[in-house]
Amino acid sequence: MLQKLFFGYYAFTIIILSLLVVTRKNPVHSVMWMLLLFFHIAGLYLFLNAEFIAAIQVIVYAGAILVLFLFVVLLLNLREELSLRQIAGSWPAAAFIVAALFVAVTAALGAYVQGPLGIYSIEAVRSETHTKALGRLMYTEYLFPFEIASLVLLVAVVGAVVLAKRKLRS
Amino acid sequence: MVPIHWYLTLSAAVFMIGMFGFLTRRNIIIMFMSVELMLNAVNISLVTFSHYLQDLRGHILVFFIITVAAAEAAIGLAIIIALFRNKQTAHVDEMNEMKG
Repeated sequence: MLQKLFFGYYAFTIIILSLLVVTRKNPVHSVMWMLLLFFHIAGLYLFLNAEFIAAIQVIVYAGAILVLFLFVVLLLNLREELSLRQIAGSWPAAAFIVAALFVAVTAALGAYVQGPLGIYSIEAVRSETHTKALGRLMYTEYLFPFEIASLVLLVAVVGAVVLAKRKLRS
Repeated sequence: MVPIHWYLTLSAAVFMIGMFGFLTRRNIIIMFMSVELMLNAVNISLVTFSHYLQDLRGHILVFFIITVAAAEAAIGLAIIIALFRNKQTAHVDEMNEMKG
């Protein structure tokens, strides 16, 4: 019962906060609501026994990505943008499409059949700690994807510098 | 124990809100934040499946999604800065050079 109450609080807050993120007029307010939203999602991850994921949610999403967003919002001078029309005129059509998709997805949930359970039960993860179990899996079975991820980050660093730089004067 | 359907419905709801924001908002930064919202919705459902199937692969996938989201945010915001430098606006209705 207490668990359901806890989940109910998180679900309600996450939905309200995401609605606030997409409807606020001022991008700075959106970023601030999104910060709160990411903390709540990290709380949900803790609730699902994913401590490491909750930690990187706070560090990478809330700490790095959102600060980047905030920097860009503050760098761009959006004062005159605020008087422009912020929401497309055809938003009822978008709302209808989105509601129909939501109904379709939730109707499909009834056909969900649970597959076979893996070896990482809560007790197994607790005896080894989550970070260690995840690290072992990542550095053995998923080593190659891990290396590709480092390459993706390198490309992002170089690409961001090239794109945001002023034109070269030769 | 909270039923798995509750989590998946929450994930679907957050994804749809993100999609609604992407379709209706005209500010490119907010559209970009809607994409991040959709990525987070997918992360919620992956962590849920991981927990209910007692497997850690979903967590690995979430780790990679967060990596790609960080790379995407860096590149996307660089593109927004370049656009703003050329057009002096972040309003997508003003960007119609390609007549799309």
